[in-house]
Amino acid sequence: MMKTLFTADGLVGLIFLFNLGVTIIGGLVACSAERLVRAVVGLVVCFVGVAGTYYFLNSPFIAMMHVLIYIGAVAVAISFAIMLAAPEEKKKRGPSGPLSGPAGLITALLLTSGLVTLAFKTEWTSFKKINDGTVKTIGIQLLTNHSMVFELISIVLLIAILGALVIARGGRGN
Amino acid sequence: MTLTFINVVAAVIIAIAFVAANAAYLVWAERKGAGFIQRRPGPLENGPWGLLQPPVDGIKLMTKQLLIPGGVDKIIFVIAPVLAMFPTIVSFVTIPFSETIVAHNMNIGLLMIFVFGSMSAMALLMGGWSSRNKYSMISSVRAVSQAVAYEIPMLITTITVVLIAGSLDLMEIVGKQTGGFWHWNVWPLKAGLFNILMPVSFLIFFVCSLAETNRAPFDLGEAESELVAGFHTEYSSMGFGLFFMGEYANIVIGACLTTILFLGGWDCPFGLFPGVWWFIIKIYALICTFIWIRWTFPRTTIYSLLNLSWKVLIPISLFNLLLTAGLLKVF
Repeated sequence: MMKTLFTADGLVGLIFLFNLGVTIIGGLVACSAERLVRAVVGLVVCFVGVAGTYYFLNSPFIAMMHVLIYIGAVAVAISFAIMLAAPEEKKKRGPSGPLSGPAGLITALLLTSGLVTLAFKTEWTSFKKINDGTVKTIGIQLLTNHSMVFELISIVLLIAILGALVIARGGRGN
Repeated sequence: MTLTFINVVAAVIIAIAFVAANAAYLVWAERKGAGFIQRRPGPLENGPWGLLQPPVDGIKLMTKQLLIPGGVDKIIFVIAPVLAMFPTIVSFVTIPFSETIVAHNMNIGLLMIFVFGSMSAMALLMGGWSSRNKYSMISSVRAVSQAVAYEIPMLITTITVVLIAGSLDLMEIVGKQTGGFWHWNVWPLKAGLFNILMPVSFLIFFVCSLAETNRAPFDLGEAESELVAGFHTEYSSMGFGLFFMGEYANIVIGACLTTILFLGGWDCPFGLFPGVWWFIIKIYALICTFIWIRWTFPRTTIYSLLNLSWKVLIPISLFNLLLTAGLLKVF
């Protein structure tokens, strides 16, 4: 059934497509930019699109946390890393890694076919609210039904902190 | 339908006008305050008490040429000042000025302000990097490391207030503080809860909001004796103007947030006529304190600035949070 643009569903679809477009354009900029800092800016645009999708899908809290963590912390950390590593930017692509060429193509094909099969095989439930997406429900869900994920994330963070400590142990002299 | 549309447009125009007017006249207030503290008159020539100085400055900035130096990353160079200004205007959407004056109250309003506050660090980084100027870049790295360092104790301290109010909704946080002077979150004698740590929280939050808005004594990002003018060295005309307006709008947001979280929002200290006027009085009192501090204290160094955050404020605020949670559990 074709839905026209000028109905409620059509407008909703349009907003969803807008978010999707922002995400994809950001991702393309991030992948194809010749300067690393522009790639980071593309990544930020991509994150904004993803946050918009979360907001669209009725979880404003997740959208806000996404922006706070990924733009406020991760993108800034990546920019720091770039500045410390290569302050004088040259418009140049580095030497191609082992995954470029046929190996990369095969990986991409496998990944794409897997995602496409997943997308078509899954039973999508449309327009159904799982819960109201507030802080309270998310907190209850995280500490009851999904507490395993919650604990695993804390282990990942602990390992990250330990890794940072190991790297920083040498001190400033090295 | 049309009425909501008109309402939305009016809200947007009022928000932008409020931000712009504040940015313009806070510069005047700052120059007058600096003059008062340094025993000189400050701006005098344009209008009575120099009151026409801000519009004249604005016209000057707008009519100047927008120079884009050679070798800069043009796209990022142009986007950065816009990105510095935009999140601060969006933050005004959820700030409740009184029980009725709020553009859009959200149940995660507090979180939203922090989210858009964290975006402005990215703008400074982009502006400083794209200028292709060593001073700008050092300055932006400083400003961002400072913003990241002070965001942590600020968020942790805010959690203590959130624990007490039990909500991220700014209206509700103010609602919990109604009933006069001694019910405000800054005092330990809050009804039913004797949390003696609240003044500590307030102090940490205030110091962090000074640092987050890049104000002296923490204005290492634009230390003019070391870094020319900081991350906006290469910007002329309204590019510079937008960074400047963003900074002053950030100060207003910091004052609003301090008022809402600790000073009872629109609540009157004596229980008389609560309303938007009390909110305005409180934020301008805080802004005057900001100006007073800026012209009284000398600038610190970057190491002592970062040490203050990582070695003093973060441990204290963590203990503060733990003890507050414990007190809430016991009483």
